[in-house]
Amino acid sequence: MEIIYSDLLCIGAGLAGERVAIEVAQNGFKVVCLSLVPARRSHSSAAQGGMQAALGNCIKGEGDNPDIHFEDTVKGSDWGCDQEVAKLFAHTAPIAIRQLAYWGVPWNRVVSGRSFYYKGGKRFEKIERIEKHGLITARDFGGTAKWRACYCSDGTGHSLLYTIDSVAISKGVLVHDRSEAISLIQDGENCLGAVVRCLRTGKLRVYLAKATLIATGGFGRIYRASTNAIINEGGGLIIALETGLVPLGNMEAVQFHPTGIVPGDILVTEGCRGDGGVLLDINKYRFMPDYEPEKAELASRDVVARRMVEHMRKGFGVKSPYGEHLWLDIRHLGKEHITTKLREVYDICLNFLGINPVEELIPVRPTQHYSMGGIKTNVYGEAYGLKGLFAAGEAACWDMHGFNRLGGNSLAETIVAGMIVGKRIVEFLQEREVNFSLKLVELELKKQQEKINKLIFGKGRENVYKVRNAMQDILMDYVGIFRNEKDLQLAVDNLQELLERSKQIKLRSNGLGANSELSLALKIEGMVKLALCVAYGALQRKESRGAHTREDYPYRNDRDWWVRTLAYFKEKDSLPTLEYEPATKKIFLPPGKRGYGGTKIVPYDYPKDAPLPEL
Amino acid sequence: MSRILEINIFRYNPEDPASVPRMQTYYLEETPNLNLFIALNRLKEEQDPSLMFDFCCRAAICGACAMVINGKPQLACKTKTKDFPNQINLMPLPGFKLIGDLCVDTGSWFRIMNEKLEAWVHTNKEFDPEAEEERMENSLAEQIYELDRCIECGCCIAACATAQMRSGFLGAVALNRIARFILDPRDKRSEQQYFEIIGTDQGIFGCMGLLACEDICPKNIPLQDQLGYLRKKMGVLAVKNYLFWKKRS
Ligand SMILES: Cc1cc2nc3c(=O)[nH]c(=O)nc-3n(C[C@H](O)[C@H](O)[C@H](O)COP(=O)(O)OP(=O)(O)OC[C@H]3O[C@@H](n4cnc5c(N)ncnc54)[C@H](O)[C@@H]3O)c2cc1C
Ligand code: SF4
Ligand code: SF4
Ligand code: FES
Repeated sequence: MEIIYSDLLCIGAGLAGERVAIEVAQNGFKVVCLSLVPARRSHSSAAQGGMQAALGNCIKGEGDNPDIHFEDTVKGSDWGCDQEVAKLFAHTAPIAIRQLAYWGVPWNRVVSGRSFYYKGGKRFEKIERIEKHGLITARDFGGTAKWRACYCSDGTGHSLLYTIDSVAISKGVLVHDRSEAISLIQDGENCLGAVVRCLRTGKLRVYLAKATLIATGGFGRIYRASTNAIINEGGGLIIALETGLVPLGNMEAVQFHPTGIVPGDILVTEGCRGDGGVLLDINKYRFMPDYEPEKAELASRDVVARRMVEHMRKGFGVKSPYGEHLWLDIRHLGKEHITTKLREVYDICLNFLGINPVEELIPVRPTQHYSMGGIKTNVYGEAYGLKGLFAAGEAACWDMHGFNRLGGNSLAETIVAGMIVGKRIVEFLQEREVNFSLKLVELELKKQQEKINKLIFGKGRENVYKVRNAMQDILMDYVGIFRNEKDLQLAVDNLQELLERSKQIKLRSNGLGANSELSLALKIEGMVKLALCVAYGALQRKESRGAHTREDYPYRNDRDWWVRTLAYFKEKDSLPTLEYEPATKKIFLPPGKRGYGGTKIVPYDYPKDAPLPEL
Repeated sequence: MSRILEINIFRYNPEDPASVPRMQTYYLEETPNLNLFIALNRLKEEQDPSLMFDFCCRAAICGACAMVINGKPQLACKTKTKDFPNQINLMPLPGFKLIGDLCVDTGSWFRIMNEKLEAWVHTNKEFDPEAEEERMENSLAEQIYELDRCIECGCCIAACATAQMRSGFLGAVALNRIARFILDPRDKRSEQQYFEIIGTDQGIFGCMGLLACEDICPKNIPLQDQLGYLRKKMGVLAVKNYLFWKKRS
């Protein structure tokens, strides 16, 4: 049995994992990060558009401050977030950005003087202040009062991750890439580490640590069409859920991004619309201002995605062999802008669609993009249910995004949470004494080895790819942007059936070495469980909030549903057990109107027994 | 009529005692807009789940999927089958340790490279959380970003004759990385310090300047300019160092 000891085991080496690792390593602790892929290929590298922080340097961001950022975040979340977390976040983000600059991120800067920008297809003039020349600038993103998304061209995530990884290397953080955590080792109270499968050799290893962090990113790949990297299958959430002790928060809160390309589902950044791009329908008509007179294309993502589907349902979609879509038009931004500030977009269009966005329209439709839900933690990143277990980044439900994340707030979350959670882990480690019971370790290892043997040599008959495809289709068809009782019940019923099938998998290959059929087979049951948490949570939540839109319950019901769903999965069960907690303990901003999206609201002080207002 | 593609794939699983290195042929019906990401996954899921290859972002952003396609190192995810004849040959990237079939260990290679280069900002300044950020010209930030765009795919190493002959040769990716830090005023290393890292035959003086690397780079990083710049700069330093050494001895 190969055992690797460390103070902190960081499952995930994306921005969140590595930022935590840096904080802990520079305090003298031994940190080992695990990753499915080389750290720099983690999905954080794909973030294009920007990272929000209220610096207020550029003229269109003038007067910005963390309190406005906080308000935008709460409104964006449709009051689903934890306001204490959102506040802490907004106030730390400017420091996080500046530290990244100190570490070497090549943020775009303010250029003083006159320049032009586009909004809704029209050209405007702005004059940047001389005093601000050379400070970090920002671009416009949806759902914000100010230009606040700091950026490096449209490779922001790439530059951030390369910089953060370079700092991690300089601090001696070890990264064991091609290593997949397949279960947590825990004694019912404490988390002690993980069993890990080496994706080079296929061998199992044991990692024991005083503290364990899960920072495994999103789980978009339970949907068929997702902008996420193909490794975003929810591995970290699965191993936490399978303890039966750790709950996942708000799994029904799934974000669809307005502009995934068709076909291919690759994201083109919100920066396209932030920089002035517009959405057009089959008649090349700009429809968003009709629905959202104020914010148009720059309402929050849930709203824009909903309006797009609404418009396509009215018959204004463009038909294609790959299904209906709409158009994104950035032609008027001009070649210079598109090939520098939106260069990834330009490349993606050329490489994957064979079109030139300087001259042609981009086919887009709303596509699964972000997981607001995740491992529920407190404000310091401590997971509910197990001592010594922490979570950060997209894998966590910290919860600053509530039911809709604002563009640019996720990169910011990874870094800010990394700082705050890292600090808490340092304090925790200073006190922490653990006894690693080898008996426990052997037991868990044996369990995993047996699972593998069963998949290779057992009597099952199911094909893992068929089961996965069926799961993805169920979510696409019944748990999408618009939801209703009938569809959701169907999804839950079908997923429960699928859960049984997922226990009967048999490999068709021999499973030796870095075999990827085995990797998927090891987590498919867990993936179906995640799908059930999403579908069942959505079925039970009888209101509409942020990205969770119930056609049969159109009100945001603050009286009955201003709560966070907590989903547990007990070992032999076929459904999650749902509990609820208040969405926020502290209230700085009482529930109100978002200013876009036109949601109808049942106020939180609405008389308790009164029937809901008529539709 | 759509074409039937003949895809020949290098197969070898070092963890399987029964496996020997060989080429294996698969047939696949070409569909519109087919790229190698979709093609290989269809082969895996429909025909042979033991196939090993790497994809991650599937958007030409992460650098995971580099392989040799009909003799040329490139990113598989952005390679369309329609640009190729009926026969497509896939080999793992040379110059990196083989993990199995088309998977190679780029992760360890680049980690070691970055450690050797100490590819991070070196400074004595402490970070002051209260202070405004240091100013920088936007044009300089954009120049740094231009070189920062490398995705560590390894294509330039696979295409470089020097790197293939000499295992310690740093290669275009490393030299470009150093150029990025030289450009960055936040990195306080002296020219001499850079020279110690790359002013050798394993570095800039080993480069033969044939520029296979520039032609192959999927991110179109201006490698030629960087190599030329470093050669000149380090060449001058080499002369200075030589004179200095002669004077002392
Ligand atoms: C296309 C795209 C564009 C985006 N653009 C923006 C943007 O412009 N602005 C913004 O704010 N946000 C953006 N986002 C969101 C943002 O990029 C992500 O939410 C964020 O980067 C997630 O970071 P992370 O560190 O939590 O996870 P990731 O970067 O996904 O890292 C997860 C890590 O966990 C590892 N891992 C996973 N499972 C296991 C396991 N079982 N064992 C071991 N390791 C494991 C992975 O290998 C990886 O290292 C975008 C997202 C997408 C999909
Ligand atoms: S120019 Fe130098 S680095 Fe580039 S391929 Fe030739 S020898 Fe290699
Ligand atoms: S320089 Fe270009 S070819 Fe070389 S690793 Fe970087 S992106 Fe790939
Ligand atoms: S899969 Fe990321 S570059 Fe090809």
